[in-house]
Amino acid sequence: MTNTHSVVIKGGHIVDSTGQRDADVVVVDGRIAAVGEDLSADRTLDAAGCIVSPGFVDIHSHLREPGKEEAETVETGARGAALGGYSAIVAMPNTTPAIDSAAVVRQVQELGRVAPCDVHVSGAITVDRAGEQLAPMAEMAALGVRLFTDDGAGVQDNALMRRAMEYSVGLGVVLAQHCEDDALCGGGHMHEGEWSARLGIAGQPAEAEELMVMRDIALARLTGARVHFQHMSTARSVAMIREAIAAGLAVTAEATTHHFTLTHAQCASYDPVFKVNPPLRTAEDVAAVKAGLADGAIGIIATDHAPHAAETKELPFDQAPPGMLGLETALALCLTELQLPIEQIIAALSWRPAAVVGIGDQHGRPIATGEPANIAVFDPEYRWTVRGSDMASRSTNTPYEGRELRGKVRHTLLFGEPVVISGEAQR
Amino acid sequence: MSATSRHLLDIDDLGGREGIETVMRLTDSFVEVSQRQIPKVPALRGKTIAWLFYEDSTRTRLSFETAAKRLSADTMNFSVSSSSVKKGESLRDTAKTIEAMGIDAIVVRHSSAGAPHRIAQWVDASVVNAGDGWHQHPTQALLDCYTIREHLGGLEGRRIAIVGDIKHSRVARSDVTAFTAMGAEVVLVAPPTLLPPNLDGWPVTVSHDLDAVVPSVDVMYLLRMQRERMTEALVPSLREYTATYGLTNQRVELLKDDALVMHPGPMNRGVEISAEVADLPRSVILDQVRNGVSVRMAVLYLLLGSGAELPSPAGTLTNASETSDQEK
Repeated sequence: MTNTHSVVIKGGHIVDSTGQRDADVVVVDGRIAAVGEDLSADRTLDAAGCIVSPGFVDIHSHLREPGKEEAETVETGARGAALGGYSAIVAMPNTTPAIDSAAVVRQVQELGRVAPCDVHVSGAITVDRAGEQLAPMAEMAALGVRLFTDDGAGVQDNALMRRAMEYSVGLGVVLAQHCEDDALCGGGHMHEGEWSARLGIAGQPAEAEELMVMRDIALARLTGARVHFQHMSTARSVAMIREAIAAGLAVTAEATTHHFTLTHAQCASYDPVFKVNPPLRTAEDVAAVKAGLADGAIGIIATDHAPHAAETKELPFDQAPPGMLGLETALALCLTELQLPIEQIIAALSWRPAAVVGIGDQHGRPIATGEPANIAVFDPEYRWTVRGSDMASRSTNTPYEGRELRGKVRHTLLFGEPVVISGEAQR
Repeated sequence: MSATSRHLLDIDDLGGREGIETVMRLTDSFVEVSQRQIPKVPALRGKTIAWLFYEDSTRTRLSFETAAKRLSADTMNFSVSSSSVKKGESLRDTAKTIEAMGIDAIVVRHSSAGAPHRIAQWVDASVVNAGDGWHQHPTQALLDCYTIREHLGGLEGRRIAIVGDIKHSRVARSDVTAFTAMGAEVVLVAPPTLLPPNLDGWPVTVSHDLDAVVPSVDVMYLLRMQRERMTEALVPSLREYTATYGLTNQRVELLKDDALVMHPGPMNRGVEISAEVADLPRSVILDQVRNGVSVRMAVLYLLLGSGAELPSPAGTLTNASETSDQEK
């Protein structure tokens, strides 16, 4: 993915892990060739009024391939990611078949090779994500898999999760947990609380998430494993993660854009576009997630991008599958909803997630000479209205339909190649 | 279903007490119609109503059907068990398909909360909720209000106990809203496992002691105790449930003289209500069923009879002897 022509990103304001400055950036052969004033090149990308940052990294994307290509493919998901400013995404393994063997890992890696975003593959912790038997993690790790998760479900069995953690230490990989106790969730479809009671929808109590967070912190202490907590959604989960980090455990956590934007009150429309796991929670939980992002308890912002074909959402709330789109709205939601310094937002979108999945040598790098040119250029003040039908995703299940957001990606460079120019995908 | 709503999805669609009282007054007229030798009026002649019942129902289905026929509406049944629904058709496609046949109202019963609300978002026809999951059963609440009004003169200041499986009950959710809107005081009586886990914003009090509640109430409203609740460990056994929350022959003695016993049916005799209690004069369960027809006539008329004059016994509600060709 090299580019023989030189490109200059002109007139932008650089924000990276080393700080902020105004400078032009010249990219040649996939790498940053120069950073400075008044630079020129064969091709110019206008960045006036824009922030130039390392490309974003989403460690939680559902690309649906193989098995549900009507909802999304690696290609369409990656295109949406590029439009969202992402230079790398990690595909979740809850496909059909599940990514629980070297063969499926290779298949998705192969599909990713031609995608307009660097697609990394996560593997399942257990065979078929059934929570019964460890998947061949070493075989998948040998192909470069660095993140293992049964996402969509948590590993319910305490002893099995302990073994998975112990085994992961030997491989030097990270285990990511979808924290929900199935028995306590007991057929629930939304957050258990005031709204579920009123709407007559079975609820999932916050404690179903918190019990598994508590357990996995304990098991991380026991085993020394690197554990990443996916989509933290409750105030007490955030507090437990904060404590675990303070205690020196090797844990990280992510928040999704919807868990800091939406609450369970949205479910009152009975539109399953608001159905997601873990569910949208209370305003107090939203505030706690934001506070966790502010003080570093939650270091990473993820999308949990979960496309679903339209017909599967044209059902009653309890019959529709959980999940919502996220890749093309994530940056704008961060800029619209979070009152955080820009470098903190970019850290949570870029170099911190890159480090979790072991791709920090390629993504989230400083904007400096010699570094791989994975770059996002975005206008933080641009106002736009979300339309599911305008998105690159094969699906339209965005919960933000019609909402006005602030901030939009103008250009994205993937190893030097401008895959998005002026908001248009180039391939 | 108030001035602004063309649907009846939940009790709130009536816009509070005033809307409920409109239905009550209109029901009075239809009660009169139902007592005629030929209990039929042409109020909805030319209107077509479709039944879309995703869940088994005997009494509600029959009650709506009777109401529609007494109003001279045409009806058609979308049989879910033998239709395209079984072949995987989405709820939206089913609703749009029915609407395309030119019907004026869809009466929906569904095991999923909110299914009628979804349908109402997709079609132009009026949608009547005939029960959605644990959520709402508005015509049941209206017929309950009417029955209480009939026997006690009104609901204002009355104390009503709703006893049993509140958590899974659409009847309870509708009744709480309707009864309190009409000025009654509602106490929910159930073990904590059968209450919604969160009652924030519910205008009710809660008790776990039926014996303490019985002497103080004007209406004892019993809910059906479903056997499958036992497998979910919500109560240890039916025997224990009956002992603590059943209206037994002993407990009924504690009721005030004029207090009513009500039940939405079908009853589990010997579980939530003893067989003898079910047959006492104070048990107005069959009156509920009888009033259900007139209440549903009022609801269908309000939704579909727009443009027509409000009916009065001497006015538009003349007997429709010429409409027999429309009966099916």
